[in-house]
Amino acid sequence: MTQQRDYDNIPGTYVYDSERGRVGYHLNMFCMSLNKAENRAKFKADPEKFLDGFKLTPEQRRAVLARDWLGMLKVGGNIYYTIKIAFCDGLTFQDVAGMMSGVPKETYAQMMLAGGRSPHGNRYKDRPDI
Amino acid sequence: MARIVAGIGCSHVPAIGVAIDKGMTGTPYWEPLFKGYVPAREWLAKLKPDVAIVVYNDHASAFSLEVIPTFLIGVADEFPIADEGFGPRPVPVVKGHPKLAWHLAESLILNEFDMTIANQMPVDHGLTVPLSVTCGQPQEWPFPVIPLCVNVVQYPPPTGARCFKLGQAIRKAVASFDEDLKVVIYGTGGMSHQLQGERAGLINREFDTAFLDRLTTDPQALSRLPHTEYMREAGSEGIELVMWHVMRGALNDDVREVYRHYHVPASNTAAALVVLENRSAT
Repeated sequence: MTQQRDYDNIPGTYVYDSERGRVGYHLNMFCMSLNKAENRAKFKADPEKFLDGFKLTPEQRRAVLARDWLGMLKVGGNIYYTIKIAFCDGLTFQDVAGMMSGVPKETYAQMMLAGGRSPHGNRYKDRPDI
Repeated sequence: MARIVAGIGCSHVPAIGVAIDKGMTGTPYWEPLFKGYVPAREWLAKLKPDVAIVVYNDHASAFSLEVIPTFLIGVADEFPIADEGFGPRPVPVVKGHPKLAWHLAESLILNEFDMTIANQMPVDHGLTVPLSVTCGQPQEWPFPVIPLCVNVVQYPPPTGARCFKLGQAIRKAVASFDEDLKVVIYGTGGMSHQLQGERAGLINREFDTAFLDRLTTDPQALSRLPHTEYMREAGSEGIELVMWHVMRGALNDDVREVYRHYHVPASNTAAALVVLENRSAT
């Protein structure tokens, strides 16, 4: 029997479980390589060439090059890893969180200052009323 | 005989480290957060622990997806500061306590907790931010540290109940060490936050407050909270709170909450600092 994934009905959330781990490994290992300053420099200088060194799927490659943060999560990206691309770009966690939730940076920052996103309406995909 | 005297629960947001390192703690954005850390810092300076066990998660710094240890203990003499992708934090190298760390490793494994043992590893903001928050910016950290890593990056992390039991085993292991040492234990990460997806930015003050209350009064039942409950109520990364159960399990049943600080937001996160002291010897 496979594990019950009772978290699948949480909206807007990509749990890095075995399903994603099976497809995301190489994408995340590319991100891990950016812990080294020399690799950050190489990636910045020639992103396409640097990515050739990793076994990314075409869609993973596209998402990285386009900085499609949400898209990366959908093809196996793990946020603790993909954030390293953002750090390399000089972005912060809050910048990326705003982009993933699809609102301007200022709107997201204001939401956080006002206490963050409410859990109400954000608990279940099919129950926006609670 | 060594003994655990107190526990600290502390969020480890990377932006908190950046604020400290760049001298921004007095800005209007950060000042309310940092002001709330001061009493805990004073409390710790007065307590003068001999050793700290810091329970935290590595954020793809020392360990990648290549090998994923669920529970790991660092036994090295010292732990360098990791480059997490934006250069290492300008903080002192973390000195270990190999003798107690090895004793813990042996004792825990023989007590059926199958620890991974690390002789060499860099430590990241998960460990250094709680140290900065509680110790300030000294030239050297005031006490040696035993890093204890918990996987929360690849689902599933260990259950909260398992973490609590590991804490109980740590308590027993420390008590069987024959040097007279005063030990504090940190549980780090959390509180409510979600860093990913369209739901990024989720904060649940009600959940966090109840968690902090029950940490003192009802820790065993609290530790049985299912993973999905954390993710739904406290955000996908709120699941880091399982690490606080290791800290709580290492304390006595009867504890006193000495101090609590809770602030929203620290970047995307609800940041908390709680200090618990053992009340009696049971």
